[in-house]
Amino acid sequence: MAEPRPVLQMTGVVKEFPGVRALSGVDFRLFPGEIHALIGENGAGKSTLIKVLTGVHSLDGGTITLDGESVEFTSPLQAQQAGISTVYQEVNLCPNLSVAENIFIGREPTRGGRIQWKRMRKEAAELVDRLGLDIDVAAPLSSYPLAVQQLVAIVRSVGTGDRETPGSGAGQAPGSGTATKVLVLDEPTSSLDRDEVLELFRLMRQLRDDGVAILFVSHFLDQIYEICDRMTVLRNGTLVGEHLVRDLDQVGLIELMIGKALDQLEELHEHQLHSDVGETLVKAEGLGRSGKISPFDLEIKKGEVLGLAGLLGSGRTELARLLFGADHPDTGKVTIGGKQVSMSAPNDAIGAGVAFCSENRRTEGLVPDLTVRENIILALQAARGWTRPIPASQRDELVAKYIKALDIRPANPEARVGQLSGGNQQKVLLARWLITSPQLLILDEPTRGIDIGAKTEIQRLVVSLSEDGMSVLYIAAELEEVLRLSHTIGVLRDRKLVARLANGPEITTSRILETIASGEHQ
Amino acid sequence: MTATAQKPKAAANGTASRTTRLLADPRLPVLVTAALFLAMYGGGLSRYTNYGFGEPQVFLNLFIDNGYLLVAAIGATFVILSGGIDLSVGSVIGFTTMFTAWLVERQGLPLVLVVPIALGVGAFGGFLMGYVIHNFEIQPFIVTLAGLFLFRGLCLVISKESISVSDPSVDTLAQTRVPLGLGELSIGALVALAVLAVAYYVLHHTRFGRRVYAIGGNEQSALLMGLPMGGTKIAVYTVSGFCSALAGLLFMLYIQSGDPLHAVGMELDAIAAVVIGGTLLTGGSGYVVGTLFGVLVLGLIKSLITFEGTLSSWWTKIATGVLLCAFILIQRTMTGRKKT
Repeated sequence: MAEPRPVLQMTGVVKEFPGVRALSGVDFRLFPGEIHALIGENGAGKSTLIKVLTGVHSLDGGTITLDGESVEFTSPLQAQQAGISTVYQEVNLCPNLSVAENIFIGREPTRGGRIQWKRMRKEAAELVDRLGLDIDVAAPLSSYPLAVQQLVAIVRSVGTGDRETPGSGAGQAPGSGTATKVLVLDEPTSSLDRDEVLELFRLMRQLRDDGVAILFVSHFLDQIYEICDRMTVLRNGTLVGEHLVRDLDQVGLIELMIGKALDQLEELHEHQLHSDVGETLVKAEGLGRSGKISPFDLEIKKGEVLGLAGLLGSGRTELARLLFGADHPDTGKVTIGGKQVSMSAPNDAIGAGVAFCSENRRTEGLVPDLTVRENIILALQAARGWTRPIPASQRDELVAKYIKALDIRPANPEARVGQLSGGNQQKVLLARWLITSPQLLILDEPTRGIDIGAKTEIQRLVVSLSEDGMSVLYIAAELEEVLRLSHTIGVLRDRKLVARLANGPEITTSRILETIASGEHQ
Repeated sequence: MTATAQKPKAAANGTASRTTRLLADPRLPVLVTAALFLAMYGGGLSRYTNYGFGEPQVFLNLFIDNGYLLVAAIGATFVILSGGIDLSVGSVIGFTTMFTAWLVERQGLPLVLVVPIALGVGAFGGFLMGYVIHNFEIQPFIVTLAGLFLFRGLCLVISKESISVSDPSVDTLAQTRVPLGLGELSIGALVALAVLAVAYYVLHHTRFGRRVYAIGGNEQSALLMGLPMGGTKIAVYTVSGFCSALAGLLFMLYIQSGDPLHAVGMELDAIAAVVIGGTLLTGGSGYVVGTLFGVLVLGLIKSLITFEGTLSSWWTKIATGVLLCAFILIQRTMTGRKKT
């Protein structure tokens, strides 16, 4: 394959935020008809690079050339008009509109100012059909699961250039190149299951063969090796290297990403579960809430890690929310440390020493506009009550200690949490609860959407916390993760706790899968 | 991994059963409101038929007596669909009655000149509020609250007394009735229906209208999809200002006077009509036809209370309150279902 001219070239890109140098002189190039992975740990600058490219952030230094012409975008619209379309991790479409509208909004076919609904639906159906998807374009977007919405977002972004903009007399020369040249996919697979990922990959390959340059960001290394042709690795805002995927194996890649050898990662794999599990700490009897989860009995011992396995929507989060009092149970009771606790509000649970890290760290956990320090201190202050403020010196000391212990980057207590990367936000949330020294720590998908380095750190932390006698309720989509960490594994299926398996050599992921599939004890 | 992959799909299909799909249909609240209207009308027929409730003109009077509210509520529909709120409606209506009465009576300007001036002033007021809301990223609640005080204050600058309008051209316009076979409609009612038709066309058949829905559905997404958000937002408040001014003109025709205390709190009637008509206060879902039924329901409550004869007019407020509460609860359960 002779190397053609890159469609996109970024040279020496610099981006600074107050107190953070997010990108320092990064080079990046993208060739037509290839899928190019952008890889790096959380906070390495992937999102920033994409946002600079698509006009969400302005450039502080460096140049961007598209098709040999120097460009600089100040809005997503400009980037889109130049042929750079983006599909973000969170689906950015309007759920209240129909699929066809979501594909065409902003460029609907019109005649005399009137939207030609029939033509729009027909063209949308054709486009969806041509891309090999089976979607009813007249249905509202909200009637489809997230995975399909993701695909619709991609259809929208590549559909942009397929039709010349209807002659509104805007003086645009015909064929002036509004076709999508670059498609940016920012972690599109983070909430998809395997089948859905395959469907997405099929679509990506088709677009690549049509000559579109695809920039793909993902935390799943397997996926990168499955679909990408070339990759660029970033670390701490600098370029580490650009490689053809076939030239670099996974171990080499991970070492490039984290900048150190893999020994530390493997350490955890060999780790043995400690066995000094104490007496029962939390006991739930017949706890349930109709429509959310059927009544269940559960026991968590002191120092035990209880992992919850089950499919998305099987009731894992619902179970955790009941134990934390975030939802009010219809039936049953909870005793913590021998005392019955009325779980009518999270305050009761917090008072009894339960901490809950939500899976939606953005919407249910952190306050993005407050600083790291304020976010960390929030729960402790709430536990003490507002009449007893924490002395400033003690507060700063605590915050510094946890920033160091969890390696929160940037290590600046004054940084706004909203500007931190996903993994670091997760650590802030963890720090907030750890500071209250809870007896039971509930972690709901603590490792979702964060990179392998941060993932390992969080898992290691769970292990050491349980060794110190803290009980942990651990929820994760990846069974390997649950299996590695848990003393006991609770299996959920269809909003019901169907089995409790004591972890041991005979328990494997396939055994758990069987239990999930059959829904039976033993 | 096949087992894990198959299950969520089945679950997703299961939840999208017919009942949930029906409950999530945005047209459902409009049907509920229409059914409520018909039920109330039927109830009125059975109870007051001897008093002439069955006359077609009683029905048509709903449009004559509430035309101005319909126009104001249509403006409010645009704003609420976009996810905003406009509290200045009542004040702009009051100001328009004062301003036009003053121009016609005290300054002797002809009506043909006064109408475009009044509409222009209202639209410009809306434009300014929209501009501030967008460019300074301030909550619409606060900005339009400022508008509420501003326009009410301007009424009193013009005059502290009410100005009655006896200009012959206004008189004839107010008295004109257009026969419709079964009954007749006033000019104001016809204008209101025309505004309704135009609003329907704009919301459903123009790009601007779809942008209003898109912004109300998810503002951040609309921005990232490259829609011109600022322009749309400003335009929405301009439309509302224009509709308020037009409603003020119709109100002036209906009452034939300008008064600094006209239409106090009417923005709340308009918002109530929009919500009862099934538009989500969070934006993005609703129909202008629903607003028509919302206005008709409010109007019908007033007529029913008049026919009852012994009830105080305050019962209108109580009935509105109860209805509003009921409809917000319906909306809540609907959106709640969508999420789970």
